[in-house]
Parts: sequence; structure tokens; C-alpha cells
Amino acid sequence: MAGTRYSERGDHIETVDPVTVSRYRGITRLNHWVTAISLIVLALSGLAFFTPSLYFLTGLFGGGQTTRWLHPIIGVVLFFSFLLLFLQMWRLNLPRREDRVWVANIGEVIKDQEEKLPELGKYNAGQKFVFWAMTILIVVLIVSGIMIWQQYFPDLVTIPTRRIATLVHSLAAVGIILVFILHVFAAIWTRGTLRAMTRGSVTGGWAWKHHRKWLREVAGRQNEGPAE
Amino acid sequence: MSDTAPQPTTAAANPPVQALEGNLGPAAVVRSSAGGPVSTEPAQMTKVAKLIDISKCIGCKACQSACVEWNDTHPEVGVNTGSYQNPHDLTPEMFTLMRFEEWVNPDTNDLEWLIRKDGCMHCEDPGCLKACPAPGAIVQYSNGIVDFIHENCIGCGYCVTGCPFDIPRISKVDHKSYKCTLCSDRVAVGQGPACAKACPTQAIVFGTKDDMIQHANGRIEDLKSRGYDNAGLYDPSGVGGTHVMYVLPHADKPSIYSNLPENPSISPVVEGWKGVTKTAGVAAMGVAAAGAVLMSLFTRGNRVAEHDEEAAERLVETDLKHDGRGES
Amino acid sequence: MTNSWTDINNTDLVIVMGGNAAEAHPCGFKWVTEAKANRGAKLIVVDPRFNRTAAVSDYYAPIRPGSDIAFLMGVIRWLIENDKVNHEYVTNFTNAPFLVKDEFGWSDGLFTGYDEEKRDFDKSSWDYKIGADGFAEVDMTLSDPRCVWNLLKAHVDVYTPEFVENICGTPKDKFLAICAMIGECSAPDKVMTSMYALGWTQHSKGAQNIRGMAMVQLILGNIGMPGGGMNALRGHSNIQGLTDIGLMSNLIPGYLSIPTERDVDWTTYMSTKGFKPLRPNQTSYWQNYPKFMVSFMKAMWGDKATAENDWAYDYLPKLDVATYDILRMFEMMKQGQVNLYFCQGFNPLLSFPNRAKLTEALSNLKMLVVMDPLATETAHFWQNHGEYNDVDSAAIQTEVLELPTTCFAEDEGALVNSGRWLQWHWAGGTPPGEAKHDTWIMAGIFQKVRQLYQEEGGVFPDPILDLNWDYADPAEPTPEELARELNGRALQPVYDPADATKVVTEAGKQLLNFSQLRDDGSTMCACWIYSGCWNENGNNMARRDNSDPSGMGVHADWSFSWPLNRRILYNRASADLQGKPWDPNRKLIEWTGERWEGVDVPDISPTAKPGEVGPYIMNPEGVSRLFTRGMMRDGPFPTHMEPFEAPIANALNPQLRGNPAARVFEGDMAQFATSEEFPLVATSYRLTEHFHYWTKHNPVNAALQPQAFVEISVELAEEKGIANGSRVRIWSKRGQIWAKAVVTRRIRPLTCDGKTIHVVGIPLHWGFMGAAKKGWGPNSLTPFVGDANVETPEFKAFLVNVEPAAEEPVA
Repeated sequence: MAGTRYSERGDHIETVDPVTVSRYRGITRLNHWVTAISLIVLALSGLAFFTPSLYFLTGLFGGGQTTRWLHPIIGVVLFFSFLLLFLQMWRLNLPRREDRVWVANIGEVIKDQEEKLPELGKYNAGQKFVFWAMTILIVVLIVSGIMIWQQYFPDLVTIPTRRIATLVHSLAAVGIILVFILHVFAAIWTRGTLRAMTRGSVTGGWAWKHHRKWLREVAGRQNEGPAE
Repeated sequence: MSDTAPQPTTAAANPPVQALEGNLGPAAVVRSSAGGPVSTEPAQMTKVAKLIDISKCIGCKACQSACVEWNDTHPEVGVNTGSYQNPHDLTPEMFTLMRFEEWVNPDTNDLEWLIRKDGCMHCEDPGCLKACPAPGAIVQYSNGIVDFIHENCIGCGYCVTGCPFDIPRISKVDHKSYKCTLCSDRVAVGQGPACAKACPTQAIVFGTKDDMIQHANGRIEDLKSRGYDNAGLYDPSGVGGTHVMYVLPHADKPSIYSNLPENPSISPVVEGWKGVTKTAGVAAMGVAAAGAVLMSLFTRGNRVAEHDEEAAERLVETDLKHDGRGES
Repeated sequence: MTNSWTDINNTDLVIVMGGNAAEAHPCGFKWVTEAKANRGAKLIVVDPRFNRTAAVSDYYAPIRPGSDIAFLMGVIRWLIENDKVNHEYVTNFTNAPFLVKDEFGWSDGLFTGYDEEKRDFDKSSWDYKIGADGFAEVDMTLSDPRCVWNLLKAHVDVYTPEFVENICGTPKDKFLAICAMIGECSAPDKVMTSMYALGWTQHSKGAQNIRGMAMVQLILGNIGMPGGGMNALRGHSNIQGLTDIGLMSNLIPGYLSIPTERDVDWTTYMSTKGFKPLRPNQTSYWQNYPKFMVSFMKAMWGDKATAENDWAYDYLPKLDVATYDILRMFEMMKQGQVNLYFCQGFNPLLSFPNRAKLTEALSNLKMLVVMDPLATETAHFWQNHGEYNDVDSAAIQTEVLELPTTCFAEDEGALVNSGRWLQWHWAGGTPPGEAKHDTWIMAGIFQKVRQLYQEEGGVFPDPILDLNWDYADPAEPTPEELARELNGRALQPVYDPADATKVVTEAGKQLLNFSQLRDDGSTMCACWIYSGCWNENGNNMARRDNSDPSGMGVHADWSFSWPLNRRILYNRASADLQGKPWDPNRKLIEWTGERWEGVDVPDISPTAKPGEVGPYIMNPEGVSRLFTRGMMRDGPFPTHMEPFEAPIANALNPQLRGNPAARVFEGDMAQFATSEEFPLVATSYRLTEHFHYWTKHNPVNAALQPQAFVEISVELAEEKGIANGSRVRIWSKRGQIWAKAVVTRRIRPLTCDGKTIHVVGIPLHWGFMGAAKKGWGPNSLTPFVGDANVETPEFKAFLVNVEPAAEEPVA
């Protein structure tokens, strides 16, 4: 019986010849891109404060004062946007046994030898890592960020705490940017991935190659109900 | 306006009366926040210092008043909360503050009313400047004065994080950071700070740092003769010394003076943030980004092969067939 | 001040008692810090509160408000007992050897001659034995039991350290430590200075407090000495000028007196101004009184004052009571006996006692004219400000005129500082809005009044019509014209008294100084002590040469110091009997063998031989007075008296209440509380952030000290359940106020007569006008009674109660 063990209920086969599989709903894609743009804005504005060599980036936002004003507000946007994503995605990002095998054979992934790997559900361990890393870092960033949000919470914490919060915030920011790079790289390097977040669907071959269990379940489910 | 001010001068001396060009301009900047411009050949001025002699201070707040008048700030009329300390803390409108502390000397059992003028210490190694992300928002002149250049300030509050003395305050109105400038605009034309000028007992004096240390030594000797065996100068080395110093009757216990830090230095957390985290973080992000770009450019990428598509089609078709013919 | 501010730099020991110099006189206090820093001088503070002066002191001791005389007499007793006395000074420069009448005595806290009915003494016995030669009898060996020294010894005998501790609450060890520090200054090369202010004057026996310390200083030989003296710190920059100019109902400029009804004519008036020397060869400088008086009358009425009409003596008002002081004026207002009141630069609604009574009094006026740079509470007494001024405006029929005047910084003229320096200043700004100089307003009123008298006549218009008004612009006399008038000028040629042919000043010229005043009508001078301030050398008050060649802080070429540019009064006494300075390192003047010479203007005739002519030239005795004869209403020696509202009974006589010679109006006595009703001792004071009631109009000062508060000890706060920073209600028998509580360890409970005495400190700056938060001052609570001699209100010791109060509702 095909259930929702490896897929979201809404995932479905879009066309048969050639096979395309709907992976993300429009609302999810919108949600993702709001989050993504927020993160890019945050990264650019945050980096401007992080190192003088990148302070010129404040020019993108109309100068230091507006950048200082904008950054935490976008942070709040990102937090809530990501929260929505999280609610949609957390279930299928829970770790599974096959993730360990996948990680152990990460070299094969890079060599494009995925035949030796176990079949996967909607997300592989790399994607799950990105998901959970983002989750944790965003929580860390929002909490530490509020502690150092001068405009609205100047006296929320003591100065020693504020120092730690600043350090933690910048470490977390470096972390999330690294994760972000990984995420973008993986999405580009793994050809055929990007369209999942643009058009919302992937080719059957992509699904077969990377997320076969997911494809099987979606395809199987298709047969149960009234398809088309 | 061709002459420049004689440097440095004392607050007690009458200032020059002719119009002078200020000498604390960009040419005197030796350090600037976030890689802001510094003078390539800075005018080498003698280090200055303000010396606050706690033992002469009567807590009259003339310094506060003079500070408000000179800087044209507008502190609010607040309330009494059970203390002589008003406003209750430094604010963006109050750059200096008399802090009052009632302390019973455990050795003598006598009450001492410790009154300390709080404000920017003008560290030789300023934590605010180190923390500041905005180029040129915080500068240090070659005479040691640490100044906030408000047109460059972005109001982030990092200076608050960086300061070991809890001095800068961010305005809710213009979102810029404010603190004592050591009256850099007065010193630039040969005058002493407004507070020192106003101080009726000359508890606040101003001059070259060497002169101030010498003056302090005389005061410490006097205090020792009056039984203050631990009298001393507060010029903490942890921040490279300061350009605002105190003569403390109990220099062994600075914290009794309204929490004057015992041994202030730029917090290791701030050092870590602005040091290794910044360097390593930028490196890591740079390497990661470059790696990703290079790998994208020079590796083939993970591509879906035709046989994968076919396999998918077979899977889908099988399932559909099964559906169409099987269990009807 | 006998000395000057700059002279404090010369001292070895500063005692601040009855004042709070650092707080109320921070700029002058600089000289204390200078003396400490430059000479290693020590600072003693004796005060009910550990105040801002105490914060920089070397030694502090607490004292119960209103018990200073006991402390000071205790010091004198200790000095005598421990022989810390400058004997040569005491014997030769004070009236210690003078013999006192046998009838004089003291018992049960009272001197001889007390009349309870009149609340006054018959002072006839308080005087010297006068010998057959007309001079006072003396015993230079000080062995006669009737000599002042032995009477003083007997008088202070009761003030043992234990007595002092019991009355003042000052711990005995602290009292003795202070005595020892003071005692060191009996050495000729050690000098103490006393700095005091309203902490001593604002008592029903204020003048006696000051007498007490003056006697200590005489016994130590510190009067006349550089770094010594009795230094009254004046509360306004020109309040010294106010008393000099005689802005009091019983004075004429230069401390001359207004005639009383008994002085029916010039001769009678002058008969009490004889000032015949009481010892041979003495100067008795007041013998020149007629010269000062006639010159004053010529300044007033010019040609209309002639020898024939006794210098227009009839034009002077004659007092029917001792004084029309402010307390009496408000009492009369309350009785409906005053129609029009001019209030010039004065805010009595906050600065005089028993505010409820003041409001009632002002409500009984037909018209009140307020001349002030600021919108004062007095001018708005009729306006309802909620609980802060809860009056029924509709029921008040007084018409109020507010005439805005300029502020000191918009005026030109001289301010007289505590050290008697007349310092000329120039206007720093133009008057805002409709503000006018006080002189413009007063001249305008005078012109109008004179016009009315001219047109309509009157019972006695002559003093108004004949008033000398010789100004370029009659509508506004200039500061220069007025200053020149104060200095005086020759109306006819003034001749050298030693050579009647030699003219010392031509007619029309400014006089050199008051030595050129004459009693024949050839000179005019509006204030003799100021003479010399603007002579033919120009405006001496505007001199700004701050050089000090002697290093003694004399600054002889800076401004002008009355009298005769003398910087230290009684400076003849800085040298010993032979004319040699007591301390060679503090050489001010000395006898060269022919003349007195030195860095200050000698306070004696330059050729008066030492040993022959005494140093206290204003006194007919030629010496200073440990025993004041009948010159003070409440006794020739200070004696311990409790405040009218006291927590304990008078230990010398439990029947006595307050100062037995102080004037108490009917009705006010009933408003004095007992300690059973009101157990807490309150005292009032200024804070350095504010200047009286003015600066609460200034946002900067208001921000520095925004809201009214009272100070109480941690112990009292615990007893009453009062939290620091909370709101409390304070009430006396006359009124109630609310304020924030500052709970502090700077006030400690005292133990007096076996009772725990709590002190409540009430600062005085807040009212219902201005930029600061609205509040009350202590005068809502204080008793309507003044000093027996000068009627300064008893603001420094009274009884109250305190309780926690609900927080102010947020508006």
C-alpha cells in the first residue's frame, strides 16, 4: 500500500510521457524563495557588519543606518518564513536508517555512482542536514539577534551576555552561510534539482536516480485514487 | 584662521582668544574603526588626559551641567528614585554622570560617601573602536582622544558591546551612539574640556598625560598623609591606560566606586568575535564559496542519465498498467 | 566674612558647622580644597547629615539640629581646661580682663533681669563696672572673679563632654577628637577658620550660635589672622550687598540705624550714638557716626538737608516697633493691616515659614506687586495648582501685578560677595520680552508718585518732593550714577583736618574714601562703608588684576573690598601686642616702629602705637567682646536653648521653651508642637544642583535634581515601613507635604537625654512653578518664629512626623 511514508500527500505524478513528478506546491516554493531571499539579504547585510572589507555591501540597502535597521527586521521575516517551511518539511526530514548508509557512501554520490546507494525517500541525508542545520542556526540567530537588537531591545540582556550573543550570532551566521553555500551548490551541482523549486516538479529520471522510494510511493499512490 | 591651537592645554588656563583652526581633524586620526581612513603621517600630538580626583570632588554636578550646556543636549526632567543620582544613568543626552555610593569603611567603621564622575575613559586601546563595524565612525586622535564621528555611525550598538566601561548610549531619536568626546571640539582649539572648566574645586583637571600623572602623584601623597594608605591612580593597563584617570582614595578597591571595573580590558569574547571569528569565518566562507564555484565550473555535475528517465517511465507505466488491468 | 574667600587658602583647619559649604557654596569651597591640597589643611564637618562637605572632610561628627551652642560652649570649656588658649591675645585683644557689674548673673538657663511677661531681659546689669575715670574697670591678671574671663569659665562649666554628648547626640569620642583638632590652633602659627551659613542663622538663637564660634576663635587668637576669622557664607551672591545697603526696616545704608519714635529730634538721635571710648587711647571709630549720617542725608536730600533743618532729620521715617521685619509684615497682613505689598526679587511663599499663614496673609492684601525675573509662587499664590497649591481662587480678592525684571546677567553693576568684595559686572545679555531693569521700574514709580504729590499735595509731601534725583535720565538712573553716589563726592571743598588751608578734594570731585566725609554738609555719600569704590581713580570695583605678590591671597587690585579695600577685618590682631605677626609665615601687616605696614590695608590708624591702641577699633573698648554687654537681646554669653519645637526639654531649665527672648506672635505659640505629638526632628537645607527657587525654572538644573525628596535614616525607614524611593507624607502642626523618600546611611539616629532622636532632612527647592516636578518646600511645615535679635526664621530645627503615602496618581 503506497502511503505517505516517503512523500507528502500532495506530491504526484504530473505527466507520464515524459514522466514529471510534482515535488513542491506553489505556496511552498513561494515560502522557500521568501526564505531564500531573506537569507541572502541577511547574509549580505550581516556580512557588511561582520567585516569592514564587506562594509560596502551596506550600499545595496541605502547605507549603514538603513542596513542596521533592515537586517533584524528581515531576520524576523526569515524566522517566520522558515517556520512555515519547517512545519511543512520536518516530518520527511526526520533521519532514517538508510541515511547512514548514504552518508557512509557520500563518495559515491560525488562520483555520481548512486547505483550502490540505498533507495531514498523525498530527502537524502545531505538535504536533511541542510534542513536541520538551518533550523538550529536560525533559532540560534533569532535568539541571539534579539539580544543584540539595539533599536528595540537595548536593555534585554546584560552587556557580558550581549557580548556572548554577538559572538554566537556571528558564529551562527558564518555557519548558516556555509550551509547556504552547500545548499545552493548541491542544488546546482545536482542537475535537475533547481526546477523543483522553480517549476515545482522534477523529471522522473531525477526522482528515480535520487529519491526512488519517494518516486515509488508517489507513483504507487497515484494508482490508488482517481488519477489524472 | 591660519593658526592652529597650541597643544595640549590645561582647563585651568585661560584659552586663547584668537580664532584658531582646530587641530583634531582627519590629519590627527591614528586609529579608525572598521578600517576607516587614518592619517598617513599623523600630526604627533602629546598625549592628553583628564584627571578626576575623587578626593576633591564634592558631587556638585557642575560638570554634568557644563556638559549639557556645551554639547547642547536635553536630558529629560525625571523623577527621584531614592538617590542623588540624576539622571539615573548615562543617556544619549547625558554624557557624564555623578554616581553616588554610600560605603562603610570596614577598617574604620566610618561612612564614606563615594562620588564618582562617570563617563568615557578614552582608552588607549578602545573596545568601542575595535567593535565598531562602520568605517570611520569611531576614531582615535594622536593625542589619545577617542571620538565618535556621528555622520558615520549606524547605531548598531556594537560599541556598547565592546566598551569595558558601559559608556556609549544609542539615541532613540537619531539612532547614533553618544558619549563624552573629551570635548574634542574644545581641545582642538586649545581649550580644556567643559567639565574641567566648570569644576569649582578643580577635582577635574586636564593637561598632558605626563603632567596629570605627576599631579596625581602629588595628590596621592597628600591622601596617604591623611591615612588613605591605598590611595592611587586609576589608569588601567588592561586597556593600554586611559586618557581619563581617577585619583582613588581606595585604589585597591575600585569597584566600591559605583562598580568601577577592577581590571578592565576588552572582553575576550569581543576579541574572539572581532579576531579569530572574523578571520576564520571570512576564510571559511570564502573557501566554501570559491570551492563551490570552482567545483561547479570544473566538474561535470551530477546528471540524470537517459536510462534513469526510462526507468522512471517504466516504473510509472508498470504501476499504471497494474492499475488498469489488474484488480478491476 | 571677616576674611575673604581667597584667604581660606591660608588656613590649617577648616570647621564647617552650621553650613554646608561644598553644597551651598561650591565655588567658594574651592579655597578649602586648595588649602587642603596646598597646605595639608584639615576639614572638620559637624552637621546633622553626612553631607557633600562631609564627603571630602577629614573628620565628621553628627549633631542634633538646634544644639550647636552646647557643642560650642563645650569646646570653650575644653579649650580652657586643657589650656589651649592664646593667652596674650585673650588678655590684650578681648574683654577678658573687663570687670562686670556685680548684679550680673546666670541661673537656670537665664541671665539676670528676665521678664517672662515681656519675653525680654532688663539688660542693665549686663555691663562693665565703670570706674571714676569714666572708663571700664579691668584686671589684666584675670584674677578678679568678676572679670569676663572668670565669668566665662563659670558659665561654660556645665558644658562637660558628657553634657555635650547628651544634648547634641555627638559621640563623646568624636567631640573630644574635634576639640583636640581645634585646640591645636591656639598655637600662634596654627590657624582655624570657621565657615558657616544658614545652618546657624536660621534658629531662634541664631546670632548666639555665631557668637559661640566667634568666642572660640577669639580664645584661639584666630580673629584678624590670615586663614582665620568668622566667615559667613552668604546665600545669594549679593545678599551681603543687601545688608550693607540697609535693605532692612531698621537700617540705613552702612549699618547706620533708622531713628525710632523715641528719637524725637536729631540731638536725641545722636545722643545714643556717642560711642565714647571705654578705655584710654581707644579709637572707637563709630565716633565718626555724624559724618556718615550727615553725608547720607545730603545724598538723600541734597540742598534741602541743611544744618538749620537738622539735615532734614524729620524726613526720615521713625520706627514705632523694633523692626518691620518680614515675619511682622506677614503677621500684619494676616491681621488685615497691610493694603499693598511690594515683593521685589523675593519669593516669600516658599522662603518664609508656615505657608498656610502666608497664603492667608497675601489673601488679605488689596494689591500685591511682584517684581521678579521669574514667575514666582508668590505671584501665583492665588492660583489653584491641585494639591500643590490648593486655594480657592474665587475667594481671593487680592489684585496681583507681575512686573518682569531683568536677571543679574542682564544687569550692569556690582555684586558684593561674602568676602565684602564689590565686583563690578557687565550685562551679558539683553532683557527678554517686556523685562525691565529694577531701577527703571522703581524710578518710574517714584516719578509718578512725586507727580501725584505735586498735583494733589498730601499730609507730608516734602520727603518725596525734595528727594535728590540728580540723574541724567530721571526715568532710569544708571548703575554708574548710583555707584558714584554710593562712593560720595565733595559738595564743597574738603579740607585736611590737620591743615585747614589744604584742600584734599575739590567741590564736585569724587571722595577718595570715607576718611574724607564731613559732618558739616560739605560731603555727600549714600553708603559710607562703600566709599572708595568709585573715586577719582575710577571704578575700583571693575579692577581685574588678579596678581598676588605676597602669595597670601590678598589680591588688592582685584575689585574693591569694603572698608577701604581692606581684605581682612581686624587684621591688626594678626600681629601680637608689640605689632609682630603671630606667625612670621603669615605676615599680613606689622608695626615698623613708626607705622603699620603690610600687604593688606591695616585695620587701625597707620600710626596707632601697638600696646596703646587696641585692635578692635570699632568697639569703644578697643578690644573684642567675649561678653557682649547688653548688645544682644538674649544674653551676653551664649547659653544653651532648645528650639521652640524640641524633642527634649531644656536640660538647664525644663520650663524654658525655645529662646525666652524671641518674639512670638499671638496664635503662633499655639501652633508649636510637642515631641509627644511630633517625635521627629526636621531640618531644612539647599542642594547644590539648585539655587533656591530659581533654578527649578531651568531644565538643566531640573534634570539634575528633578523631584522633591526628604532624607531619612535606614533605621527610621525600617521603623515606619518606608522603602527607598517611595512616596511619604510629612506633616507638622502647621501643614503637610508629600515627597519621595531618600533612605540613607548619611543620617543616623542620635541619642539625646536617653531618647533615640530621628532626623528628617527636607530640601527646599520645589514649588508649583517651573520646569522641575511640582513639590513642596519645608516652609509648609516650619514654625512662624525668628531669631531673638534679627528675626531670621527658625528653619533648621522643628518637629514633624512621617508616614508612607500612596504613590502619586499618574496624570
